[in-house]
Amino acid sequence: MNKIVMRYLAVALTAAVAAGCGGGNSEPVTANSSSGSGTAGALQINGAGATFPYPIYSKWFSEYNTLHPNIRVNYQSIGSGGGIQQVVNQTVFFGATDGPMTEDQLKAAGGRILHFPTVLGAVVPVYNISGVTAELKFTGPVLADIFLGKIKKWNDPAIAKLNPGVMLPATDVTVVHRSDGSGTTYIFVDYLSKVSPEFKSQVGVSTSVKWPTGVGGKGNEGVSGLVTQTPGSIGYVELIYALQNRISFGSVQNAAGEFVKGSVDAVTKAAAAAAPNMPADFRVSITNAQGAGAYPISSFTWLLLYEDPKDKAAGKAMVDFMRWALTDGQKYAADLGYAPLPPSVVTLEQAALDRIKVS
Amino acid sequence: MRSSDLGFRLGVGAFAAALLLIVVAIAVTLVTDSTLSMQKFGLRFWGTSNWDPVAGEFGALPFIWGTLYSSVLALLIATPVALGIAVFISELCPNALRGLLIFLTELLAAIPSIVYGLWGIFVLVPAVRAVETGMPESLRALPWFSGPPLGVGMFAAALILAVMIVPFTSAIAREVLRTVPASQREAAFALGATRFEAIRAAMFYARTGIIGAVMLGFGRALGETMAVTMVIGNNPQVSLSLFAPQYTMAAVLANEFTEAADALYLAALIEIGLVLFVITLVVNMLSRALIWSMARQASPRRAVLVARGAEA
Repeated sequence: MNKIVMRYLAVALTAAVAAGCGGGNSEPVTANSSSGSGTAGALQINGAGATFPYPIYSKWFSEYNTLHPNIRVNYQSIGSGGGIQQVVNQTVFFGATDGPMTEDQLKAAGGRILHFPTVLGAVVPVYNISGVTAELKFTGPVLADIFLGKIKKWNDPAIAKLNPGVMLPATDVTVVHRSDGSGTTYIFVDYLSKVSPEFKSQVGVSTSVKWPTGVGGKGNEGVSGLVTQTPGSIGYVELIYALQNRISFGSVQNAAGEFVKGSVDAVTKAAAAAAPNMPADFRVSITNAQGAGAYPISSFTWLLLYEDPKDKAAGKAMVDFMRWALTDGQKYAADLGYAPLPPSVVTLEQAALDRIKVS
Repeated sequence: MRSSDLGFRLGVGAFAAALLLIVVAIAVTLVTDSTLSMQKFGLRFWGTSNWDPVAGEFGALPFIWGTLYSSVLALLIATPVALGIAVFISELCPNALRGLLIFLTELLAAIPSIVYGLWGIFVLVPAVRAVETGMPESLRALPWFSGPPLGVGMFAAALILAVMIVPFTSAIAREVLRTVPASQREAAFALGATRFEAIRAAMFYARTGIIGAVMLGFGRALGETMAVTMVIGNNPQVSLSLFAPQYTMAAVLANEFTEAADALYLAALIEIGLVLFVITLVVNMLSRALIWSMARQASPRRAVLVARGAEA
């Protein structure tokens, strides 16, 4: 009898103790200023966001650290959505995103957030059609119709008209898109929505969309894996990914009517064409850019900073870093497959950096 | 009672309580973080198929369907194989081979999910596509085999899940069969049973454990994420076709969670997590209930009688 009583007592006690602990643990993690000065004089700055610019950001942070050993930047590539959320909640000092923040997201933040373009990327169409080795040409509306599922065969007159002399087979078109939410998808659907009203109303623009047709592959590697294996397929991957893996891709007609193949140069040209009309907050889409030689499916990627950061020391360090990244740092871009910013945009950003209150 | 004993009890009691607490904490988090989506969609969330992050419309039906369909298919493929392996190893296998076979099945269980996924993309999917393109037109007219031959889709997902759960089910079924007393088999032989009949009697004796092994495999199939994401095609649609690209709950979470910045979108994804949690819970409770109801009527005498009863 005594034993049983003791057992219940023990369980009740432990439950009470554990519940007490649990109550404490379940409290939300309060936003830390993220600049916990660890070792003597060293400043650690935390950031999070887009995966697309991760290779260049980690290169920059490590190069900058060798120049300024007291500043360590810790960047977690958790995705644009996560980056926006964490910078809004102030759990990290800076964020990074492939698609500009919406008005609602900006309003949700505890202070004014500024966008700073850092480098550029592009998205290219990749395809696999048995017997076709020629580089195909696409227009925006044709790409939109393919991804809407309206063009069902490769020998469709719309494709054939753009590619005279190419023997297109009567095979079915299989659309391959990204299954994971991604800045790559954002750039691609942003372009298709600009050139096709039907795509805009039926699909719209976001990092994940409701695709009317096709199969989803996870990541650039998932999409390119499916495309290389599936006869008759078409997908889209980042320009860097296609270049590094030597995947052939098609050219796309730009707003000036030229068929342009994705390249670092053509992407920077698209940014330069957009520069004269750059809005003050840099939240601009440069897909379907005007101008000769501009590649139409290009985009900036942005770093997000508070205009009036709580942690002034970290704010000063980040402004200094940004000035370096926009000038000396740009030379690392092309090697990693990113297009560097045009000088006119750098000048505008230098001025915008002055607005950050660091004292 | 000595004080050291009390300390021990409190200690292990705390561990047990922590387990309970973790489950409750997960449930509470899932419910609170999905409130937005629950308020907006209510029960409609379970029954509608529209998943449109741009328009802010979310329905979980294709994901629930895909998860259950792929898991049930995997179970149908894996269970006979896994039980066959277990019976062979525990009852028929020459001693020299036994260690090797056990080692190999355990090795299969230790392979990371992502490796299965890569193997799926590069080996299984092309093989499935070859089967699909080689299928006669008359069969392709059936609803189970309709749609273009893509390779990726429900069939590839079910196959890869089956390969992944076979080692689990067979390892546990093997251990369960080992616990059947030798007297059971001896008694069956004494009654004139053949080898097959004796094994059947042993399996009947161990049936609760075997059901447990199968249900464990089912639970694993429900929650499996990475390998399935890589081969299922990730297209949210409710389709009977084995060749159609579909989607599972775990896969959509893995795919879309990182980029979901909008509050309602995030809440809808967390509600998918809640739905998966509830379904797993229900499956576990049903299998418990099944095992209990079987355990109540379990008696060695009956086991042999039933096993022999078929031909009597």
